[in-house]
Amino acid sequence: MRTIYIMWQREVKRFVRSKSRIVGSLGQPILFLVALGYGLGPVFAKAGQGNYLEFLAPGIIGMSIIFSAIFNGMQVIWDRQFGFLKETMVAPVSRLSIMFGRTIGGATVASAQGVLVLLIAMLAGFRPISWIGVVPAIIMMFLIALLFSSLGIMVASLLKDMQGFQLIMNFLVMPLFFLSGALFPLDNVPAALLIVARCDPLSYGVDALRYFLIGSSTFPLALDIGVLVLVSALFLGLGSYFFSKIQI
Amino acid sequence: MATIIDVKNLTKKFGDFVAVNDISFSVEAGDIFAFLGPNGAGKSTTIKMLTTLSHPTKGTILINGFNPVTNSDAARHSFGIVFQDPSLDEDLTALENLKLHGALYGVPTDILKTRIDELLALVELSDRKNDFVKDFSGGMKRRLEIARGLLHHPKIIFLDEPTLGLDPQTRNHLWSYVQKLNEDEGITVFFTTHYMEEAERVAKRVAIIDHGTIIAQGTSEELLQQTSTSTLEEAFLKLTGNAIRDEASSSTDKMRQNHGMWRGGNRR
Repeated sequence: MRTIYIMWQREVKRFVRSKSRIVGSLGQPILFLVALGYGLGPVFAKAGQGNYLEFLAPGIIGMSIIFSAIFNGMQVIWDRQFGFLKETMVAPVSRLSIMFGRTIGGATVASAQGVLVLLIAMLAGFRPISWIGVVPAIIMMFLIALLFSSLGIMVASLLKDMQGFQLIMNFLVMPLFFLSGALFPLDNVPAALLIVARCDPLSYGVDALRYFLIGSSTFPLALDIGVLVLVSALFLGLGSYFFSKIQI
Repeated sequence: MATIIDVKNLTKKFGDFVAVNDISFSVEAGDIFAFLGPNGAGKSTTIKMLTTLSHPTKGTILINGFNPVTNSDAARHSFGIVFQDPSLDEDLTALENLKLHGALYGVPTDILKTRIDELLALVELSDRKNDFVKDFSGGMKRRLEIARGLLHHPKIIFLDEPTLGLDPQTRNHLWSYVQKLNEDEGITVFFTTHYMEEAERVAKRVAIIDHGTIIAQGTSEELLQQTSTSTLEEAFLKLTGNAIRDEASSSTDKMRQNHGMWRGGNRR
């Protein structure tokens, strides 16, 4: 327990201290909200889909969470390169608790970023349908963050260095984001795209966020939560397995 | 004296490559033991196996009576280690690094505070304890790592090239700490170095490994006698030859070169 706590605390401390990282990570969501939200808004309205900013905001929250969570997980690679990982690997504690602490810490940081993006979206004119809905929305954010934080650690455990980083970015993170329905409604997309989106866990995360924040969703809420919980558990398990196999 | 590190027929293979080939040696409790060898001789691989980071292909190891493979946590409690590369979290303060170590090793919180104060005083970093490690010099980082390695009161401390890149003043200082610890606390010291005069001056016993095999061991005097040379450096060269060993640049080195760029751009 103490191990999980101290590893969690480390992630949170590092985040709170790096002001530039916080500000930097908010740049992209702001750009997306402004450029797409205001830019495509009129087209979206004309197509009879309503307010695009409202539709987009949960998607952008999801985006900031998946980016932040996967990067936090991949912090393992830096720790491997710069030695700190060894300090935890020779410690007389189970690797499982180290991995859990890191994952939960990374997820906490990513959810905090999600909440920040929610606040920024509200500055841009977004209003959640009800304030009570914000609480379960934050829980959903944490679930999404947990899922992708474990995925990040899993990927990082398999990579030796940052060489494969671009690969992960272009073939994992970007597709997960763009094909998730974060930017467009999945209701009337071509069947092939819908199948792909249905295989993307982020689709269910964003859908659940929309349910609580704007009161509309594509999938049933139970399906969203079920998928998030199951896939999180799966990735947490796989992440722990690969993390425990790291040899330095 | 009792044997505290006991290595029998230890072998490590990576595919067809034999990094460590059937070595046996033992270290007595309270010894200062120098483990020497040219680059790529098998030193680091051996240390990794001794410190539970890597599993032997064959052979047995006992660290303080515990097998690092089957009883890794007990073995891990028995030693502290200062790695060749710094392994501190640079974004935390000195104090936070020590607290984190204390938590990982299960040092009770009330004892932890006094121990941290004692150790920081020992390595003369008390006034810098709330500073970030990234602002420390190489010597200060090493001293902090030594303090950290001792925090859980280990029986053995492993020092893997602890003086690499340090100036003579800091090196001198560091070895006086280590010798003092060895005398006062009876802690067993196992170290590697490329500075032969250090090994000659500090070590009570020396083992030389080359091409994965131990080619000589004993006190410095015994090695000098065996090779009829006058310094350990000459003895070392006589035993291991003059050919220069090249180590392939690892991805770690490449990453380190890019590190400054990354931190500058993204983290600060």
